[in-house]
Amino acid sequence: MAETPQVYGIVAEFETPAAAMHAAEKVRDTGFRKWDVFTPYPVHGMDKAMGLKNSKVGWFSFIGGVTGYTSGMLMIWWMNAVDYPIIIGGKPMFSPFGAFPPCYELTILLGAFGALGGMLFLNRLPRLHHPLLRNRRFALVTHDRFFVVIETADPKYSETETRKLLESLGSKHIELVEE
Amino acid sequence: MADVVTNKTISPAAPKHAPSHTVANIKVVAPPAELAREPLVGNQRSIGWISDAIAGVAEGKTPMWWWMAFVPSVILMTTCFTMIVYLVSVGVGVWGPGHPVMWGWAIINFVWWIGIGHAGTLISAILFLLRQKWRTSINRAAEAMTIFAVMCAGIFPLIHIGRVWLGWWLFPIPNSNGIWPQFRSPLMWDVFAVSTYFTVSLLFWYMGLIPDLAVMRDRAKTTIRKFAYGLFSLGWTGSNRHWSNYEKAYLILAGLSTPLVLSVHSIVSMDFSVSQLPGWHTTIFPPYFVAGAVFSGFGMVLTLLVPLRRLLKLEDIITVRHVELMCKVTLATGSIVGYAYAMEFFIAWYSGNPYERYAFINRAVGHYAWGYWIMIGCNVITPQLFWFKKIRQNMMIVFILSIFVNIGMWFERFVIVVISLHRDFLPSNWGFFRPTWVDILTYLGTFGLFFTFFLLFLRFVPIIAIGEVKAVTPQADPHHPLGGAKEGGHH
Repeated sequence: MAETPQVYGIVAEFETPAAAMHAAEKVRDTGFRKWDVFTPYPVHGMDKAMGLKNSKVGWFSFIGGVTGYTSGMLMIWWMNAVDYPIIIGGKPMFSPFGAFPPCYELTILLGAFGALGGMLFLNRLPRLHHPLLRNRRFALVTHDRFFVVIETADPKYSETETRKLLESLGSKHIELVEE
Repeated sequence: MADVVTNKTISPAAPKHAPSHTVANIKVVAPPAELAREPLVGNQRSIGWISDAIAGVAEGKTPMWWWMAFVPSVILMTTCFTMIVYLVSVGVGVWGPGHPVMWGWAIINFVWWIGIGHAGTLISAILFLLRQKWRTSINRAAEAMTIFAVMCAGIFPLIHIGRVWLGWWLFPIPNSNGIWPQFRSPLMWDVFAVSTYFTVSLLFWYMGLIPDLAVMRDRAKTTIRKFAYGLFSLGWTGSNRHWSNYEKAYLILAGLSTPLVLSVHSIVSMDFSVSQLPGWHTTIFPPYFVAGAVFSGFGMVLTLLVPLRRLLKLEDIITVRHVELMCKVTLATGSIVGYAYAMEFFIAWYSGNPYERYAFINRAVGHYAWGYWIMIGCNVITPQLFWFKKIRQNMMIVFILSIFVNIGMWFERFVIVVISLHRDFLPSNWGFFRPTWVDILTYLGTFGLFFTFFLLFLRFVPIIAIGEVKAVTPQADPHHPLGGAKEGGHH
């Protein structure tokens, strides 16, 4: 390909979670929007350091659970009381109590699908390619390193200023990553 | 214990990507010795070491012991499938059940296997909600155990119905008769409970695996491994925006799995207790089954992990403290089970119901009394030995006792199914039960199925939640001095 590769963003490496969190607080306060911190495990307190709001996954799970419960009740009522009623042991054709256990299970089933599906949807996963995953150094993110990445798409990004900021935060290894 | 942590390099083993975190001069006063807890990861291992140690299990040359375990497992699994083919082609007459013991080994094995699964969910969900950080070292393997145990369990209800090819009638799928499942039956509830349990356990397990599969992807050397782990890790990058949603989803799945696991064995117990049979028709069954399930599951977790921690050299991650804590859970649930046995007897007498009273006296002194006393010996006496620290810390004894727990819980289901059924209300209705060789080989074959999957899991998937163990080490906490904070009181 002849065209010059686009730069995706600037990657700053940190060796400790404390250094990465300190950097995140500064980047947040500087007013960047399109940036992220990459860590080998969820770092406690990083959401606050990045200024993230509470995750919305709960809503997906809630909608899944409500769907599971109501569709279960409707299904059992329609099947056993409407479409093909059979008298068994003189019991009522439909009772919410007898129908409860399967509906309870369906609530959990669809709630769980909602949680996993919601997480994947909000994270825009699965994705087959990410510019950062091509960077060899970045592979240490799943091992023991911490990275702060600021995208070039951020309006406040400037190659010299942003690099200076990250250097001042104590990163010993900073590089640009291509798209 | 040192009073001051200064300039300590937290990487004694010097792994491949040795991180040389030297910590600044910060004085941390250690807690008094009697209050200090043993760390969850031994020898102050670095987070890089944790990756190397756990991922290393699934990398490199396949060890000899793995093949020595895998080949017999596959042979046993094949035996199981052969027996199923024989059963389906000839008919359920090749099994032992017959009037009046219509539920034989199939249901015993079903309840036994599904009970084993419950410890995995207890560890992954309930201990998570209770913020028991020690769970991180054992939850992955225990969840895998759950999934494989539920697979073994799921075989039996399907094949015991006689006409296996009509098994899909259990699901609300339109069929040519235009008739629907009968949702007033607990057996129908069981279909929903067990299939939901399997699906949700699998989702929970897989979600926990995503970040760890990314670890495997980033370490992979060959193209096939890079591709496979890359595909299943779904492009995970470790982004904190992703972790934020991930942790919320994990919490919700734990919150959903907790009522799920309690409901599954409760519903299994209703298969029995909703009927009128003496010995089955009791209200104590749901909590008693759930406690027994967790008890048997912890027995199996100990049976699996006590040898594995040694074999895979993971003693710094699954420490003696972890084994001790599992023994304590076994003791607690085993005591509940023992209490339930006593309470069943008390109610049999207190109810004044002669059939009920006879059913229980018959358990203790009847034709199958040996089964009852094996159950009492293994389930009531064995766990009480875990009161002693010396026993909890002796891995050999813990391993042997855990096998007793497994045996005892199998006999509990034997007592409930066979002893209750072989003597019901009318003496003219009484009979005996004897398993056939097909019964026995099918049951042994499920061990082959279980261990085949478990060994494949050991070989290809990180058997401990790498990211979660990293997160509970002291150096993972940005506010801890070993987290490398340049100054205290940060943030």
